[in-house]
Order: sequence, then C-alpha cells, then structure tokens
Amino acid sequence: MSSSRAAESLLALNQQEELEDLPREYPLSTSEDEGDSDGERKHQKLLEAISSLDGKNRWKLAERSEASLKVSEFSVSSEGSGEKLVLSDLLEPVKTSSSLAAVKKQLNRVKSKKTVELPLHREEIERARTPLEQEIFNLLHKNKQPVTDPLLTPMEKASLKAMSLEEVKMRRAELQRARALQSYYEARARREKKIKSKKYHKLLKKGKAKQALKEFEKLRKVNPAAALEELEKLEKARMMERMSLKHQNSGKWAKSKAVMAKYDLEARQAMQEQLARNKELMQKIQAASESAEEEGGAEEEGEPFVPDVVNEVQVKADTPNPWMFRNHSGDTKEAEVQGDPEELAEPAAQEAPESEEEGPVVAEEILLKEFKERRSLRQKSRLNQIAKPVGSQEAKDLSSQEVLSELRALSQKLNRESHQSRKQELSSTRTVLAVQREEPAGEEEEPLLLQRPERARTLDELEELGKKGCFQNKELPRVAVEGQQLERNPSNHLGVPKEKKRKEQMIDLQNLLTTKSPSMKSLAVPTTVEELEDEERDQRQMIKEAFAGDDVIRDFLKEKREAVEASKPKDVDLTLPGWGEWGGVGLKPSAKKRRRFLVKAPEGPPRKDKNLPNVILNEKRNIHAVAHQVRMLPYPFTHHQQFERTIQTPIGSTWNTQRSFQKLTMPKVVTKPGHIIKPIKAEDVGYRSSSRSDLSVVQRNPKRLSIRHKKQLKKISVD
Amino acid sequence: METVPKLGNNVPPKKDKLQGKKKKPRRYWEEETTQTAAGASPGPPRKRKRNRELRPQKPKNTHSTKKSRISKKPQVPKKPRERRSPGPQRSLSGAQDPFTGPAPVPVEVVQKFCRIDKSKKLPRSETKIRSRLEAAEAQEEEISVKAARSELLLAEEPGFLEGEDGEDTAKICQADIVEAVDIASAAKHFDLNLRQFGPYRLNYSRTGRHLAFGGRRGHVAALDWVTKKLMCEINVMEAVRDIRFLHSEALLAVAQNRWLHIYDNQGIELHCIRRCDRITQLEFLPFHFLLATASETGFLTYLDVSVGKIVAALNARAGRLNIMTQNPYNAVIHLGHSNGTVSLWSPAMKEPLAKILCHRGGVRAVAVDSTGTHMATSGLDHQLKIFDLRGTFQPLSARTLPQGAGHLAFSQRGLLAAGMGDVVNIWAGQGKASPPSLEQPYLTHRLSGHVHGLQFCPFEDVLGVGHSGGITSMLVPGAAEPNFDGLESNPYRSRKQRQEWEVKALLEKVPAELICLDPRALAEVDVISLEQEEKERLERLVRSRPPRARAFLTPTSCPHHVLRSAVPCLGSLFQVSLLSPPSGLRSRHQASLPAKAKAEGPQLYSKSGEEEEEGHG
Repeated sequence: MSSSRAAESLLALNQQEELEDLPREYPLSTSEDEGDSDGERKHQKLLEAISSLDGKNRWKLAERSEASLKVSEFSVSSEGSGEKLVLSDLLEPVKTSSSLAAVKKQLNRVKSKKTVELPLHREEIERARTPLEQEIFNLLHKNKQPVTDPLLTPMEKASLKAMSLEEVKMRRAELQRARALQSYYEARARREKKIKSKKYHKLLKKGKAKQALKEFEKLRKVNPAAALEELEKLEKARMMERMSLKHQNSGKWAKSKAVMAKYDLEARQAMQEQLARNKELMQKIQAASESAEEEGGAEEEGEPFVPDVVNEVQVKADTPNPWMFRNHSGDTKEAEVQGDPEELAEPAAQEAPESEEEGPVVAEEILLKEFKERRSLRQKSRLNQIAKPVGSQEAKDLSSQEVLSELRALSQKLNRESHQSRKQELSSTRTVLAVQREEPAGEEEEPLLLQRPERARTLDELEELGKKGCFQNKELPRVAVEGQQLERNPSNHLGVPKEKKRKEQMIDLQNLLTTKSPSMKSLAVPTTVEELEDEERDQRQMIKEAFAGDDVIRDFLKEKREAVEASKPKDVDLTLPGWGEWGGVGLKPSAKKRRRFLVKAPEGPPRKDKNLPNVILNEKRNIHAVAHQVRMLPYPFTHHQQFERTIQTPIGSTWNTQRSFQKLTMPKVVTKPGHIIKPIKAEDVGYRSSSRSDLSVVQRNPKRLSIRHKKQLKKISVD
Repeated sequence: METVPKLGNNVPPKKDKLQGKKKKPRRYWEEETTQTAAGASPGPPRKRKRNRELRPQKPKNTHSTKKSRISKKPQVPKKPRERRSPGPQRSLSGAQDPFTGPAPVPVEVVQKFCRIDKSKKLPRSETKIRSRLEAAEAQEEEISVKAARSELLLAEEPGFLEGEDGEDTAKICQADIVEAVDIASAAKHFDLNLRQFGPYRLNYSRTGRHLAFGGRRGHVAALDWVTKKLMCEINVMEAVRDIRFLHSEALLAVAQNRWLHIYDNQGIELHCIRRCDRITQLEFLPFHFLLATASETGFLTYLDVSVGKIVAALNARAGRLNIMTQNPYNAVIHLGHSNGTVSLWSPAMKEPLAKILCHRGGVRAVAVDSTGTHMATSGLDHQLKIFDLRGTFQPLSARTLPQGAGHLAFSQRGLLAAGMGDVVNIWAGQGKASPPSLEQPYLTHRLSGHVHGLQFCPFEDVLGVGHSGGITSMLVPGAAEPNFDGLESNPYRSRKQRQEWEVKALLEKVPAELICLDPRALAEVDVISLEQEEKERLERLVRSRPPRARAFLTPTSCPHHVLRSAVPCLGSLFQVSLLSPPSGLRSRHQASLPAKAKAEGPQLYSKSGEEEEEGHG
C-alpha cells in the first residue's frame, strides 16, 4: 500500500509540475532568476521569523548593506533593504554642494544677530514669579491645562491622536494572529526537536544540505563574492575535520559500531558512510572557476524552449494550506528515498556548513519543490538529452567540483527517477490505475468532481507535449487516455450508480470542450497561408488555446450545482425547541424529534438538463406567458393532450392561405344583415309547454341542443 | 382508420344521413331530381350554401381521403378508381375527363404544413372526443393540402454555385462571379471606400431593400442600396457602436457613445433615449416591436418601440455585454460572455432561460439561423462550433480556425459567414434546415480591412460586410430566400403599402411576455394550474356536502385521472339536478353513495352518473 501511495503522490507531483510549467511563456533563465529573488526574500523573512523565536534578539533590525539588492540603470527599487523608497531621497544630491556654504554661513550670522528687541520671551512669561502665580501654575500643570496654547488640552490631543476603534480592532487582530502564528511555529519547532527518529533527522539534514546547495548556487549567480565566502566556510570545515578527525571512526559511537561491524551489515555500512563523509570533508575545494559557471550558463541556454506560464494563482488554489503541501511533499520525498536506496547511500556533501541552519524550513521547502518541478519538467522535455548530462557529470567529478556537480547529479537523479516512474506509470497504466482505483473508493464525490477536470487537463497537456515531439513514443498520451478509460470503467462498475452518472456527465463535458476539432488548414487559398508558417509559434498558440480558460469548466459546474440546489424543494423543519422537553440556550432538540418533525419535501420531477452537462436550463415558470395559456378543459375532453391536439393547427392568415383562413374563421351561424331573428318558442320545436327553466336553456343556444338534452326535454314534457 | 366509419355510425348518425341526402342534390347531372327531393326537405337556403363551400371537404369523411389527396406514388392510380366508382363517368359533352378531381399534391410538401404533433400517445378517449380529434385532423389535412397547392405560386428556385468537375468553389473569386452573372445582379456587388470614419457596422432592413451603416467615428448613412439612392448621411460627432433599422426603413436606431438615439430616414434625430446608455449592441425583434440593447454596464434592456416604454431591463451579471444576437424563430436573445457561456434571455424572466457552455475561452461571436435550430458560436479558443438548439444544446460540429472568427452571420437559407480578420469565409449546408458543413468553405473573400460587421441581405444573394475600409457587398449565390411574402416584407412596396403594413403589423404585435424557448408551448394547456383548479373545485364541492359524504370525496382519496374524468360527470350531475324537480332524488343518491364508496373507490363517479340517468328515467 505504501508503495502505491508513493506512486500516487509522485503522479500528483508530476501533474502539478506540468500544470505549473507547461504554459509558461518566458525564457527559462529569467523565470528562474525571478524565482531566486522571490525565494530569497521569502527565505529572509522566514529566517527572521525563526530567529525571533528565541526571545533574545527578537527585534533584530534588518541589516542594510546596500541601497538595494538590485541595481539597475532603468529602474529604482528598494527591494531587500526593507525600507520604503522616498522620492525626496532620490531628488536630494548626494552631498550638499559647497557653493552654497558661504551663503549659509552668512544667513546663520544674520539669524544669530538680534537686531530688534522682541516684546517678552515666551518662557519668561511662563515663569512664575510670585507664590500666587506659582500656585496657579501648579494647579494648571496638575490638571494639564494649557498654559500658553489654549486651543486644545493635552487630553484632547491624546484623544485625537488615539486610533479609531476599527483601527484598534484591526491592530489587535493582527497582533493576535502574529502571536498565534508564532505559537504554532514554536510548538512545531519543539515537536520537531523532540523527534527521535534517526531517519527523520537524516532526511532533514539531507534536505537542508540540498537547500543550502541550492542557495549556494543562487548565490553564485547573484553574488560571486558571497559565494566565495561560502566556499571559505567549506574550507574551514575541511580544516576542522582535518584537525578533529571527527569522522574517522574514532568516536565513541564509531567504536561501538566497530564491535558490531563484524556481524551487522548495517553497522558496517554506517561506518563506511562515516568514512566516506570524512573523505568528502577532507577533500580540497577549489573556488568555482569561471569555466564552470560558463558551462552552467551554456547548459541553461542549450535547453530547448519550453513555454511555461507562471500559474501562481493556480498553485495557490491547488494548495491553499502550506502545511498540507508540506506533508504531501514529505510523502513524496519519502517515496523517492524508498524507491532508490542508492541515493540514500550517496553522500550528501556540504553538510557541515548547513548544519548551522535551524528551525523549520517550510517556505524553503515549498520553493524548493517548485524549483525541482520546474527543473524536472525541463529535464523531461529533453528526454534524449538526459543521458548526456550524466556522462558529463562524471567528467565534472574528475574536474574536482564535487560539491556542485554532485549536487546537480543528485537533483537530476531525483528528477530522472520521478520521470521514470512517471513513464512507467504511463506505459503500465494498468497497475497504477489499479492503485488509483482503490483511492476513489474511499473518497467522497466532491473531490472526484474537482479532480476530474484537472486530470483531463493534464491529459491535454500530455497530448500537447506529444505533439511537440518531446516524447519520442507518441503512443504515450493515447495509452494514458485509454488507461483513464480503463480506470473509469471498473470504477464505474464498482461504484454506486448515482456516482457513475455524475462521472459520465463530467466526462461528457470534458469531451465536449476538449475534443479536437479538425483545424482549418485548407482555408482560403489566397488568405491565410502566412499564418501557418511558423510551426513553433503555432504550437505555442495551441497550448495557449488549450489553457485559455482553464477554470471555465469548473466555474460552470459550480454554477450548475448551485442552480440545481436552488431549484430543489426544501425540507420543512417543524420542530419546536423546548416542546415536550427541556429547552433553553445551548439545548438542542433531539435528533429523533427533529427527524420526526422534519417534513421531507417531495422529490420534484427530474431536471431537464440532467443529462446535458454543458447546459443550465431555467426551470422556473414564465408566469406572464402562463396567463395566456388555456387552463380549463372544454367539455368533452378529459385529458389535456386531447384538447391540445385540436388546437394545434394555427388559424391566422399568416400561416394559412386566404381560403382556408376564411373557412377556419367562419362563424358558426351566418345571418344576412337586416334579417329578423325571432325568439324561439317551445311550439316551434314541437313541444306544447314546459317549465321555465327548460325554456331558458333552449333559448340560450337553440342550435346547440344536443341530442341528450332533447331527449331529456322530451322526457320531461312527457312527464 | 377503421374507427372512422364506426364513429360515423355511432355519434352523429343524423348528420351523416343528412349529408348523404344532401350529397345527391348537389350532383349537377342529377340536378332536377334532387331539387324535387330538396323541396320536400326543409333545409334553409343558407345551409345549402355552406355545404357548397364545404364540398371539397366531403370526401374526407370517407376513410380513404388521405390517400386520395396526397399522392404517394402507389396510391395515385387508386384514387381515380374510387372517384369513378361513386359517380358515372360522364360529362355533358360526353367526353371523358382524363384527370378527374383535384391535382395530386406531393406528400413532403404537405407534411411541411402539418402542425399536429402526433408523436405523443393519447390516452384512450371516448367516441365524442375521438370525433373531435378526427375533425381536427381532417381540418389540418385540408389546410395543409391547400397550402401545399399554393406552393406552386413560389416561382423562384434557389440554387448554388457549383464547381466544374470537382473544382473548389472557394477558389472562385468575386470578380469571376460578377463576370458570369447578369448586369442587374452584377450591380449588387460593390465596394464603398470609406477609410476615413473607421470600421463600419451595417444593417439591412427587413425587406432587404435598404442598408444603414455607421462608422466607429460617427459616420451614419442610410441608402436604398439596390438603386444606390442615398436617404440620409450625417455625422453624429460621437462614436457609433451599432446601428439598426426599426420595424421599417423609416426609423433608425443608433447606439452612440453615450446614449441610444433614434433617427428617421431624413437623418433627423427623433429621440435620445437616455435610459439606454453605453449600448454596445442592438437587436430588433420585428414581431414584438422590441429593441433589445446590450450595454457595457451589463444590462440587457428591452425597449418597446411602439409605445416607447422599457419593457424589461435585465442584469446579466456577466460583465460587459458585447456579443448579442437574436433567435429569429422564438425571439430569444442570445448573449455571449467572456466565460465561454452563451445565455438565452426573454424579457419575461429575470434569469436566463438557458446557459450553454460553449467554449473554453470567451465567446467572440454568436449567430442563430432563421429556423432557430442551429446556433454557431466562435470563441477565443479559435473554435467554430455549431449547436443544436432543439432541446439538447449539444455541438453538432466544430472546427478550429487558424485565426478564430470574430463575426458570424447566418443567411436565410442557412449559409454561415464568418469574418476572420480581413477574410470572410462562407460555408454551405445541404438544404435549408441542415447545418452548414464546416469541411469545405463555399466561398471566401478577402477585404481591404478588418471585418467589423456582417449581415446577409434578406431576399438577395448578397452578403454585406462592414470593415475598416468601408462597406463591401458580396455576391453569395444561394444565400437568400428567393421568394418573398408580398404581404409580410415586400422589397418593392410603395409608401402607402408600407403604411398599411405598419398598421397591420402593429395590430398583430406579439406581447413581449410571450417570448419563450418553445413558442409552441403556448398552444398547450397549462397543466399545473389546471390540476390545481380542479383540486380546488373538488375541495369546494366537498366542503359544500355533509360530512358523511365527505369521507370519500377528499381529493387525496382517488388518483388524478379519475378526478379528471369525474369532474365533468359531477358537473352534468349538478346541471341535471337543477333541472329536475325537487324530488327525493338527491337524498336517495346520497344515501346510496357511501355504501358503494366503500366497495369500489374509483368507479364511484361513473356509477353515480349512471344512477342519475336512471333517476331521470
């Protein structure tokens, strides 16, 4: 199970990578730089936060060495200095010009001279001379009454200065939040400190080492001098090692292990590891030469262009909680470790200098993750090139740049591994899917719904990639698709029918919007030939199209769900709290009672758009139109459909020929104008006499006397 | 079919007999004899007249009418035989008529005019109802046959451009077409070079005779484009977003930068409607006299131009609205949104009637064909899709265009034009109601500027394109309906005729609240209120009765169909009881009811009805 978990997490990771990196547009180097600076800032922040944990130097001021980390001739930024940039600062000359000094002096001289006797000085007024005055002043001072400036009392001033209620509230909330965060951090740090698992610590150290190396690399790019310093530190570590011989199996632990070594393989390994570590530390480190940097740069440049969009928002949306993200990544890391025991054995260089770093490194880890993903993607995109760098790595090893190169190799290996696992998964979808199948069983419907579009999207991406020819074997995406279907089917069989329906819906919608429609290559002959020239541009465009509105589907589904919810009949809760039992604040009626008094709304008719995933149909009645509709069935009809059939033929002249229109609208009775119609009498119909009520009926519509009526009339008359 | 004679025997036996009697006097060769017979019968003269009118209907009562009226190939010989059988084959001169009776009509044409939906299964009905249904069906058939006969008057036939042995019609350029056609048609292709006042929007009047166009930079003009006679030309000194003719060519709505203005055909400003501000798109619903406006502020406003009132202002809640079109079949307004959905609106509802997710990117253009069955949309994802609007709203076909279409228009006969940059592509389908196939373009044309407005001219094979370089009138063979309805939209009408038509159209104005997705639903019974009313009536009935009888009359005790059949019976019961003298009948009836109710629930009412009848006896 754990292995399957690992595979899943790997898959998830890869998907995430793709999501992030594929749509990127910028050339890679710049994006990385951006990431660097951003990461550094975050890191700085975090370090500050951590360092403030142990209350000694809580308010450490930001050290300011330069005006800005970024010096550019085009723009000014105060990034890194932690201060705001003020316009007046920029306008001021660096030094006060000396030409004005003489004038200033003159001015000062003039100022210092008292030419005119002023009335009395303020302070002299204020000074109390007589005892009475003194008393008065005392009183005034005691009550903080204004002596000179009668506009506002100090109290009033204070009240003016004071913050408004809202501000105070906000401030308080901020403080509270900060405190809470701090306490979390503290608790976390304490917890982590208590962890006794050696494996954990090992991993932690390793992570730190990696992180440090990353930083080092960054530093190398940004600030070579600082990097040199770092290297010096390394050198120092080497010296320490040489002096102390700490790792030469001479310690207490090492001795105990040596006893065990004969029988215990692990102990032997551990000893060897220590020795290897010693060796590393003892190795001499040369300053990173220019050539290496150049090489690195060339490598960067040599990489094929991968369009990728900074999808920051999406990343955030995917992992709103950094803690969860962290756990997740930890899992994947573990999985990786388990997957590759060699890597474990591989010595982590530069542990010593990094060991001084302390505290949780969540933010860094996240950044690192992002970084790795991006990098792995790059790697993936040049699958064929992977072998080559590995070869070059060894060469570099020879050129005694162990630290850097090893680090690179490590990360690459990681990436390669992840990629391989991915490939494996793709090619042998069955197995992985089997794993995946287990997962959704436990899950609810909700995550499934949310998950679906993403997965489909990644499929799309895969297709795009396949088109680009990054994957040599073009079947891969298709296999993936098939795999998905495979997975879908069994899960459908397993799952509840309701869920199945939902799923189908989703798939439909996906198909609907993502089906590849044939593109219009053979458009106008004289028209758009030049459009199709640049193939690369075309592909980029296609990718952009594919990601034009990723969240459109999700939004629509959400909207639809809301509409469905809104149209559902609501249950009526008739529970009276406190009726037949104790009531009051905090007391809730029992579940049984609630169940008893809950009037379940009858299930309405199924929605018309139930099977139309891309449609929301309004189920409300158009009341205004209803007012024009027939709402009574005329006499002989017993069912509305019967009646509807008789009125379906339109009778207006718009739809009919003139003759048929005339015929359709001909009145039942036609009389000549001027012809007198005498009221009918009973005698006319052949009856002698009858009751009044009968007559009235007859007179109302003599034409329409039905047979039955006549019969009745006859009977009555006979009676 | 077999039921028909039986029915005739059962229900109106007298009528049938009468008709049988009257049939004879009508034969002109038997005129003398029948007149003597008619003298005896007291039939009034007007009745006879009516019968004469109905004469063609008469054979309908015999069960073979359908076959005789509509010519299915095998049935054609059958019909004259039947004709021959009742009457002797003679004429006054003694010569035989080789084509007796009315000319046969092809079935497909008749089917086109049949409107009774026979797909729904009817519940079993009594003979009385059945006779009514029969009558309705007969009436429909007669009418549709008449309409089919009158198709003969539609003289013009539509046709398409066809390439010689597999030649691609898209390669035929406008110049070739112009060369090939007659002078009158060639004059319909023209270009107006108006580079100064920016991209143009254009609109043809409903008759297809007049053309109005407005340039982005304020140039507004209206002309009789066939004769090229200018009606008016003004510059409104303001940005013009859209322009549209109202019900006739005499009135012109212009969406300007700020407000909506209405001009007459002299270019005189008649109204400035300030309640419609920042309009981006205009649409006129001719049968409802509604001017629909979509605004930047996100409101869809319906203005009744006959009374000058705003009927409805609906907030679409989807930001700026700049894609709008109408469904000519049901007058529903389609709005395209930036989140890839198209929403369907009616002034009677505050919320959209339907929302369709069409594209992954924003929607760029929407068009609906004249039969209201297909909707074409194009989006930012460069796709062109055709949707089925008959209930399912699913895409029928899709195609990715290299540039994506910014403007779409359907012609009367279902051709689809798409403006992509400075190129116009036209796709054709198989027939009128079939969706255009997006495989091969039917025609293409490149313009001198980017397309800004597209509309097919009604009743002319012309596509008007407004672009940044002016106006282009393209020839598109087979685009328009070749036959116009002279009473409805007559391109050659005079001023007097127009005024006459205007009055008639106003009298026939359809209320705005009747706009709904399926206009045929208005001809249906409102089942919900029907049921509710029946329920209420029954309750009232129950309340008026003594509690003893109430026990079994509660509406919940019996299912609906029983109720429905029961209500008329009860009604008749009451009528009869009013008629009858106040005897002991009522009490007897009540006394008898409960015992039976216990025994058999649903049969109760019919039983009671019978009893009532018996009571009369």
